[in-house]
Amino acid sequence: MTTQSVADERAVRLVAFRHTINRWDVKVSPYLYISPFFILFAICGLFPLLYTGYVSLHEWSLIGGEGDFVGLENFQFVLGQPKFWDALRNTFSIFLFSSLPQVLIALVIAAVLDTNIRAKTFWRMGVLLPYIVTPVAIAIIFGVMFSDKYGVINTLLTNIGLPAIGWHSDVIPSHIAIATMVNFRWTGYQALIFLAAMQAVPRDYYEAAMIDGASRVRRFFSITIPQLRPTIIFVVVTSTIGGLQIFDEPRLYDQFGTGGADGQWRTLTMYIYNLGWIESNFGRASAVAWLLFIIIIIFAALNLIISQQISSGGSRAKK
Amino acid sequence: MRNSRRTAAVAIAGAAVFALVATGCQSTDNGAGTPNNDWENEEITLTLATFNNFGYTDELLDGFTKLHPNVTIEHTIAATSNDARTNYFTKLGAGSGLADVEAVEIDWFAELMQYSDKLVDLTSDNVKDRWVSWKSEAATDADGRLIAYGTDIGPEAICYRSDLFAAAGLPTDREEVAALLEGDWAHYFEVGQDFVANSDAAWFDSAGATYQGQINQVKNAYEENDGTVIATTNAEVEDIYNSTLEASKTLSAHLGQWSPDWNAGMAAGAFATMLCPGWMLGVISGNSPDVTTWDVANVFPGGGGNWGGSYLTVPAQGAHPEAATALADYLTSPESQIAAFVEAGTFPSQVAAYGTPELNDYTNEFFNNAPVGTIFTDRANAVSVAPFKAAKYFPINDAMMNALSRVDVDGTDDAASSWDKFVADVEALG
Repeated sequence: MTTQSVADERAVRLVAFRHTINRWDVKVSPYLYISPFFILFAICGLFPLLYTGYVSLHEWSLIGGEGDFVGLENFQFVLGQPKFWDALRNTFSIFLFSSLPQVLIALVIAAVLDTNIRAKTFWRMGVLLPYIVTPVAIAIIFGVMFSDKYGVINTLLTNIGLPAIGWHSDVIPSHIAIATMVNFRWTGYQALIFLAAMQAVPRDYYEAAMIDGASRVRRFFSITIPQLRPTIIFVVVTSTIGGLQIFDEPRLYDQFGTGGADGQWRTLTMYIYNLGWIESNFGRASAVAWLLFIIIIIFAALNLIISQQISSGGSRAKK
Repeated sequence: MRNSRRTAAVAIAGAAVFALVATGCQSTDNGAGTPNNDWENEEITLTLATFNNFGYTDELLDGFTKLHPNVTIEHTIAATSNDARTNYFTKLGAGSGLADVEAVEIDWFAELMQYSDKLVDLTSDNVKDRWVSWKSEAATDADGRLIAYGTDIGPEAICYRSDLFAAAGLPTDREEVAALLEGDWAHYFEVGQDFVANSDAAWFDSAGATYQGQINQVKNAYEENDGTVIATTNAEVEDIYNSTLEASKTLSAHLGQWSPDWNAGMAAGAFATMLCPGWMLGVISGNSPDVTTWDVANVFPGGGGNWGGSYLTVPAQGAHPEAATALADYLTSPESQIAAFVEAGTFPSQVAAYGTPELNDYTNEFFNNAPVGTIFTDRANAVSVAPFKAAKYFPINDAMMNALSRVDVDGTDDAASSWDKFVADVEALG
């Protein structure tokens, strides 16, 4: 009798336990499944981010490590440096010279690749080729091509009677030269992303538009662009982040890698690098890293709003 | 909404990845092992880290392992001195990961000197008076500990293009050129004015290199012996700055050192002379392999000068400091350094190497068989001043090079406005 009741009780408990497990399974497991990303992000993203913030409030040298707590002194210092503002100017200028043409040209290339052309795979592979070349190789080759005195570009310019351009001495030309490298490498990649999105646009829309007598250009602006809206936002946001963090190309643009004698093409990330690794001042470097982080967030948000404005006409009508 | 959340995530992730790179890894682990007195009887592996080309061949390293069969040497070579510097300071800060014997370039040696307590004291009777005095003095810290063994030095001569000299009516023979250029820097610039009056080429490559030659002859250029920064108030520095830029207006080829333009200009005959430490010979022959008229004259304006050179150090964090010291001792012996010089052109800093037949008979075919062994021995003996370099020397000198480039190469500033920016840069180093 007692044995029986104990067994019953045990069975009841077991069922109850299974219930609890089941409830947990439903409630907890979705979070468990997505947790690897967040755990990894916390270790590799969030922690360094916060730690950089901690470093930026201290005197901190490369070797000596943590020094005194100085509050916002590092921020105050870098904000008072003309070099910081020059770097900010350069970063935005190079970003505009690269991202804008890049997105526009990539859209056009994608539209062309989306039509019925021969040897499709060949052309699609072709636009991706520059992406395969390492940025270091591109930077070195372009750096030599854009040499001020013996470079190919200036030789061509002077041969057709134009004045040589100070690609390494003047501010805007150096930005254009660096943006050229960035565009060379990324335009094809962005074009393929656009192409993939374009192929997902239902063909019925185009057929209907054709029957209505819409021209090719009209179809592009009234169907393709609105349909591409999420993709355009994605590309704009990622290229904003990439553009504001530009480092490889300007760093390898000349032999010293410090951004020119007058900081003509020293970007914010290069400024961080110089502060941290050359001047061994991690406190100031972290302060600039945080400022850059804030700028990127503001800019990514701005970009999002703008790109939603630009391409929302068609899709909003459908809603 | 979905989009904006993703945006924020992407933005945070992106910035965070950068932050990760910026923070690096800080580890407080101290990997120092206990000193081992009987390392001779134990199987050990020593790691040796150098950069560029030190001329340490496998045969040279085998020479050490033959004497000490219990030792295996692993040699890693970084591509540039800058890579080696970043690696060195990162791992010195972390307290582990450095090789048993680490090479250091003179450019960042002063910076390392601040942390001399993290390096093994290498003082020993074995190496007493091994080096030219200023080489070992620079490697002795405030407490009198010798923390590094000298490898090579860069005594400077003048390299010149005999075809450009001939076309401008100047002598071409290297003895006569040496006699022509004998004197101070003002004299060097005067001869240059004569040259450019009769030639389309420039006299020297850049204001930066020419300034470097002069500043290396100043004992306390940027810092007092106690480390006080005097760069912006030192009249000597400002004088050299102004006179070099004044001369550069007519004499410079306006080619930034190490730039692709500079490399191309060397082959194209853009300039007739350049300051030439021993290791520069390889740079010149590499950049202008088809030019047959480069030569080297046994002379240097204002006496002797040194540009570059390296040391070997033994970080205290290594597991076998005594074995590592023995290896550094072996590699910096006069015999080893002569072998390295023949291999890679790294001119010995060891006194006993000078005058040996191996060095005296060494000629360089590219420079019309110039007896570079004897020329650079003379140039090394002519070096009388060891510039004092403390922790800020190199950032300051870097700022100075930029100041000179702004005027000489870029033309974005005149001498006065560029000097003001230099002053601001030095103040920002704080």
